[in-house]
Amino acid sequence: MTEAEIRETVLQVLGSIAPEVDLSRLKPQARIRDQLDIDSMDFLNFVIGLHQQLNVEIPERDYGQLATLTGCVNYLATAMHSQPGM
Amino acid sequence: MSDFLMPKLGADMTAGTLVDWCKKPGDDVRRGDIMAEVDTDKGVIDIEAFSDGVLDTLLVQPGATVPVGTPLARIREPGEEMPANALPTATGAPTSVAKLITVPCAPTDRGTALSAEDLSRLRISPSARRRARELGVDPRTVQGTGGGGAITREDIERAATSRVSATPTAASPPTAAPATKPAETADRNMRMRRAIAAAMARANREIPHYYLSTTIDLKAALDWLSKQNEQRSVADRLLYGVLLLKATALALREVPELNAFWQNDRAAVQPSIHLGVAIALRGGGLIAPALHDADRKSLHELMGELRVLVARVRTGGLRSSELADPTITVTSLGEQGVEAVYGVIYPPQVALVGFGKIVQRPWCVNEQIVQRPVVTATLAGDHRATDGHRGGVFLAAVERLVQEPDKL
Repeated sequence: MTEAEIRETVLQVLGSIAPEVDLSRLKPQARIRDQLDIDSMDFLNFVIGLHQQLNVEIPERDYGQLATLTGCVNYLATAMHSQPGM
Repeated sequence: MSDFLMPKLGADMTAGTLVDWCKKPGDDVRRGDIMAEVDTDKGVIDIEAFSDGVLDTLLVQPGATVPVGTPLARIREPGEEMPANALPTATGAPTSVAKLITVPCAPTDRGTALSAEDLSRLRISPSARRRARELGVDPRTVQGTGGGGAITREDIERAATSRVSATPTAASPPTAAPATKPAETADRNMRMRRAIAAAMARANREIPHYYLSTTIDLKAALDWLSKQNEQRSVADRLLYGVLLLKATALALREVPELNAFWQNDRAAVQPSIHLGVAIALRGGGLIAPALHDADRKSLHELMGELRVLVARVRTGGLRSSELADPTITVTSLGEQGVEAVYGVIYPPQVALVGFGKIVQRPWCVNEQIVQRPVVTATLAGDHRATDGHRGGVFLAAVERLVQEPDKL
């Protein structure tokens, strides 16, 4: 999966959690939780969505790396590379 | 023969609008089955049956707004014979009733296997179903692109915009002409706001509130939680809030006077502990549906049910028992960064429990100063029903229970 495809997947999962937001305006380097009104339940659902779509395990201690859109894409690209065929 | 009445889903509800019937005359009815969808100030709620039987007659048609307590349908009790005059009364020929039941209600997710009847129904999410109604789109003509071919909200919207003219089909429910989305959402928000305003104003007027707070060291709980979640896959992890909810439910067993309804000038202690969990809606508004028997469920079960409740609040499908049954409300505003919540009790409940955000603070342990993650727990109590002493005993119990998370 290319980084662009990963990015699309991340945005799609975010869209299912915050359906009323225009995600094209999401700043990739800024914290997602500062730009969208999402709580810890939403964040957990976000992580579950990523897990289901991309088949990667994401330990709790790595949640911090998912704070921004850029962070998500980088983390997931690395994770998918090192967890092939999960 | 018994009447199925428009239920009262909260102290402030006076009327509801029938949106859709989910069963037709002749259908079997079991307690807990979803009978109809009703539009209230808290959104569209799935109304459940209270007893077993067979649906005999529909008395109210989709689109009608009726007061709480109005008979909506007649149910033949088990063992009762069909009346000699078997035609439905006041609704005309059975075919006209069948035509009104257009968009099938989504299958219930109560953990039982889908019946053949369920499988033949459309795979469409509740919010997509609503959107279809708003836009006058017949979901049966829409190609689903969601998981398993399910029809999503986007599929409906795409279908609506790709049409030359969105003519309502003959099978559309006879409600008012579909409003534009912003106008309908604004109207719904206004009605919810008014309902909250009425309930809160009444609570403040009638209930003499007292407030208590205590600060709880969460190190033991969070350390335990983090070990638990390390061993669990993403979808099985627990949020710390579930520990606080379970501790609250167990503490209520020790101080049951806080789990009561104030009615007829006295407190009626409730036999079951159904925690109303305050959930904020995106774009404003608040609903506190029930986690039933929270004291008797495992953390894992509570987490699963909480996830379902949050999803239902945000996208639709809340059930009447979830709205009507809370015996106490718990509100957690930690995410917004507030340290303590001093809320307004929702009548006829007699207490409100609040939790703020977890903060790192210097703390005294064994005569040393250490850093601990702490949370401020608050109790708003109805002084007619309880005194500060009992409220204090309750909060002390919550604090004690949270120190042994493996026993929760």
